[in-house]
Amino acid sequence: MSSPFSINGGACVAMVGKDCVAIACDLRLGLQALTVSNNFPKVFQYGEHVFLGLTGLATDVATVSDLFRYKVNMYRLREERAIAPRTFANLVSSSLYERRFGPYFVSPVVAGLDPKTGEPFICGFDSIGCIDFAKDFIVSGTASDQLFGMCESLWEPNLPAEDLFETISQALLNAVDRDALSGWGAHVYIIEKDKVTKRLLKGRQD
Amino acid sequence: MPGFDFSNYNRNAALHARGVPLPKATSTGTTIVGCIYDGGVVIAADTRATSGPIVADKNCEKLHYISPNIWCAGAGTAADTEFTTALISSQLELHSLSTGRKPRVVTCMTLLKQHLFRYQGYIGAYLVVAGVDPTGTHLFTVHAHGSTDKLPYVTMGSGSLAAMSVFETQWRPNLTQEDAVKLCSDAILSGIFNDLGSGSNVDVAIITKEKTTLKRNYIKPNERTQKLKSYKFARGTTNVLNEKIIHKADLGNFVTVEEISVTGPGDKMEVDA
Repeated sequence: MSSPFSINGGACVAMVGKDCVAIACDLRLGLQALTVSNNFPKVFQYGEHVFLGLTGLATDVATVSDLFRYKVNMYRLREERAIAPRTFANLVSSSLYERRFGPYFVSPVVAGLDPKTGEPFICGFDSIGCIDFAKDFIVSGTASDQLFGMCESLWEPNLPAEDLFETISQALLNAVDRDALSGWGAHVYIIEKDKVTKRLLKGRQD
Repeated sequence: MPGFDFSNYNRNAALHARGVPLPKATSTGTTIVGCIYDGGVVIAADTRATSGPIVADKNCEKLHYISPNIWCAGAGTAADTEFTTALISSQLELHSLSTGRKPRVVTCMTLLKQHLFRYQGYIGAYLVVAGVDPTGTHLFTVHAHGSTDKLPYVTMGSGSLAAMSVFETQWRPNLTQEDAVKLCSDAILSGIFNDLGSGSNVDVAIITKEKTTLKRNYIKPNERTQKLKSYKFARGTTNVLNEKIIHKADLGNFVTVEEISVTGPGDKMEVDA
């Protein structure tokens, strides 16, 4: 049997721009080579400016996204304020490490803006909660090797929101075209201080 | 400690028994070193994190805070070094608060080795513990199975052989602080250039009786040069099927705020006297 990380397929990427961040995912849900759905988003919103991308085993993607919905809601009730991306990242990290010896098969990506300063924040994790704080971009999923290559060449610092959208979209689209397990359309979120733009991309359907 | 949650363990073990490989964790296939000199101790690390053959993080931090006068360099499973040092740091802070004394390096080393021995090597943390306390300057290594060493100069991680070759040819007794920093950073550089698991920059921490100095990215021998041309796409390149914009100002439209008078209809709440 193959790795639980590559049964369902999927890809996710986050990038930092000038006073904005972007997070994008593909829409495929598969069972090995059989595509089951072309509408399975892997990016979830947990506040005005807090987003989580989850790739890996689809059952765990669903479980973990719901678990964090619960944890973030409990946080909001207890603290009477919205969770900040950095706080959320530490919540993800400790929740995953709690299951150090029986992990969820997911590779999370967090993207957001600091609610006070508006400073961009992105980070990624391995399945047991080790945080990768990056200043440029984070990739995850079955197309992560391809995404690393795309982002490493396309990304540049201080991209305005409009250019960041083109860069992240092209990085994702061209990466998933070289991964049989990812693709079938994509969602892209561009997160700015005063607005969030969600776009559905036209991608190859094969 | 609250302890681990094993509720997915049986599922994953069943999967593993059917030939599913274990997930690969981010590992700090690392070079970390430490060296005692007259008046303090220096520890240093590279900044590469790997996941198999992929470089996961080009500039990660492997020097972990334990207490103001004790720092730790970590190799092995990245999540384990991060959380083990954070856990012991917390225990040591509480211990020093309850005893009213400054934490000691031996205490830290003992807590680490007892924790790691309890988990029989399954917590893959390989650490270099260094610090200055009222009993003097100390340098230890702690292995994942719980064994410890006390030496004047130490190396760990996949680049430990490359780094140790530098120590074995250049180390001498009675080093000055400058000598020790040079020796440690040279040892890390040897790991960065000769070991594939190590790379990018050199981080250094200098601990003396008076203070600790963390020199993040002390040497940056592998800086990326700026691209000569830009790969920016023309706006409108990407084919968009659907677009939804949520303005922060509009969010208020989904919420209605109503003032409720205190003396409104309904019974008064019953309150026991």
